[in-house]
Amino acid sequence: MTRFTWFNVTALTLGFAFLYIPMIILVIYSFNESRLVTVWAGFSTRWYGELVGDEAFLNAAWVTLRVAFVSSTIATVLGTMAAYVLVRGGKFMGRTLFSGMIYAPLVMPEVITGLSLLLLFISIGLDRGILTIILAHTTFSMCFVSVVVSSRLVSFDRSVEEAALDLGCTPFDAFKSVTLPLIAPAVIAGWLLAFTLSLDDLVIASFTAGPSATTLPIKIFSSVRLGVSPEINALSTILIGIVTVGVITASLVSKRRLVQQQRDEKLADGQGA
Amino acid sequence: MTSAVAAARPAEFAPWNDPAQTPLIRFENVTKRFGDFTAVDDVDLAIYRKEFFALLGPSGCGKTTLMRMLAGFETATEGRITIGDEDMAGIPPNRREVNMMFQSYALFPHLSVWDNIAFGLKRSDMAKDKIPDRVQEMLRLTRLEKFARRKPHQISGGQRQRVALARALAKAPKLLLLDEPLGALDAKLRQQTQFELMDIQEKTETTFVIVTHDQEEAMTVASRVAVMDNGKVIQVDTPARIYETPNSVYVADFIGDVNLIEGNATLKPDGLVRLAWAEGAPEIIATAGEGLTDGARASFVIRPEKVAISAERPEGRNNVVQGRIHDIAYLGNISTYHVELPGGQIMKAQTVNNRRQSRRGFTWDDEVWLSWTDTAGLVLAG
Repeated sequence: MTRFTWFNVTALTLGFAFLYIPMIILVIYSFNESRLVTVWAGFSTRWYGELVGDEAFLNAAWVTLRVAFVSSTIATVLGTMAAYVLVRGGKFMGRTLFSGMIYAPLVMPEVITGLSLLLLFISIGLDRGILTIILAHTTFSMCFVSVVVSSRLVSFDRSVEEAALDLGCTPFDAFKSVTLPLIAPAVIAGWLLAFTLSLDDLVIASFTAGPSATTLPIKIFSSVRLGVSPEINALSTILIGIVTVGVITASLVSKRRLVQQQRDEKLADGQGA
Repeated sequence: MTSAVAAARPAEFAPWNDPAQTPLIRFENVTKRFGDFTAVDDVDLAIYRKEFFALLGPSGCGKTTLMRMLAGFETATEGRITIGDEDMAGIPPNRREVNMMFQSYALFPHLSVWDNIAFGLKRSDMAKDKIPDRVQEMLRLTRLEKFARRKPHQISGGQRQRVALARALAKAPKLLLLDEPLGALDAKLRQQTQFELMDIQEKTETTFVIVTHDQEEAMTVASRVAVMDNGKVIQVDTPARIYETPNSVYVADFIGDVNLIEGNATLKPDGLVRLAWAEGAPEIIATAGEGLTDGARASFVIRPEKVAISAERPEGRNNVVQGRIHDIAYLGNISTYHVELPGGQIMKAQTVNNRRQSRRGFTWDDEVWLSWTDTAGLVLAG
């Protein structure tokens, strides 16, 4: 089927090289003995050790994880509720305006979102710290959750919810015991998306972070401005590792589910009527 | 036992003719509008206990809306709906003793067959320890015992249909609604399932209301059929009366195969009608339908199987026309001859092929005689 012509091989090599050479270089230099990033002086895990001992980096990482976890959880709850109302609420006054406003942050430049949040926090006298970052991240990631969840809601058979009502569920019970289990994959995907967005956000966080709380991206960015240290390379390699494991796990799980589904369908067919 | 009930039913079960009976469901001047569109237009309808009632009509005629109003998913714009003398306005679906079997079955994909059937019971006031027995009973009724642990996507279409039925019947509702329940099944399975449905309806003594666009299905299962068009109920009657005494050209044309001949009607004192339908042709003599007025424009309707076809002119019949065979449709059990009359109209006549090796009497372009009795056809207004 697949033919390894010279053209195919070249295109493949070029494409992958373009994508991965920067990262490979980064990973290699994270094991460099030398303090100078561009001079190779032998293999060492020294920078990983220094990273573990660096209080400021660990603190920033901990803040980032807490912010990401809390803000993505709140964003998921709010985003799911908004999606449900928009898709299932039928026609109500201002529906179009409301849905437009929910999706606006998707296209809004981050600088503007950050700036407006900063002004808000200052005007209501809220001290900038971990709380303000959480609020800001919730605000901008909620709409992503809403998009993911509403696309799932649109595609599923409405009569399943009606069947639940018909069998004696209150609307809330129907949502909890039928709708939520069915949209769970989208809700989880939305949560993961919000979590990642919060993890790597630099712009909005730098507007809303205060001296008491710094996130990892801010920390990395500010230390890079003083010159790239091998410590940053080590940190980035760890992050690449985590992402790689995550992606591979996710694809293995979905592959297994596909195989299971094919087996089920064969079972149903062989069964006859 | 069951067969005795089945045999006795056609003769005895006719609560709609008994003034002492009160209907279970009443629609009184019910209208439903969606914006400018009138889906249901001033409908009056009474459905009795233990009936198997069919709402029949083409798509968009309002039959599904009528059913969804019974389930509580739609509210009437005007008029009143009562179930068991209780006004249904403002009562949400979860507080009605009505269950519905959905066209798409709407099974809960994340629950097993067992949990699908138990879903409604867990939300009723049934004691927790009674639920497994009831689910088991439903599984037995629908012959699904072997599949209790399977998920909906692990069973076949016919089995899914039975799970949907079991789930809707589990709470022993006063009224079961079936929305095109057999639409997704193939023809053989469909026929078999129709009889199963009737059997289950008799066993459980539940009132069934079925929505369908398939007239054969409605005729097979229903005790009475309501034929709908454009949001209005045109005729409500038993399948036999719908077929043999349609009250309008629409119903006659919608149900089964029919020959339609337009003309001018003259009423006669003996209850028969003369219809002048073509220059120089003898007038058709037939029975007068409902609401026919003297001298009005009218249509003669006759079913093809009531038209006899012969090579010689038959004796002793008033209605005889000559024609030429234009087309023959051989369907195995029956043959339909399309006969062209001198005026250019086509009249269909059917014969039953009840012998395997009989000579096929007629062929294309044969001159034949068509005839029918005075009571074989109806003349309807319009």
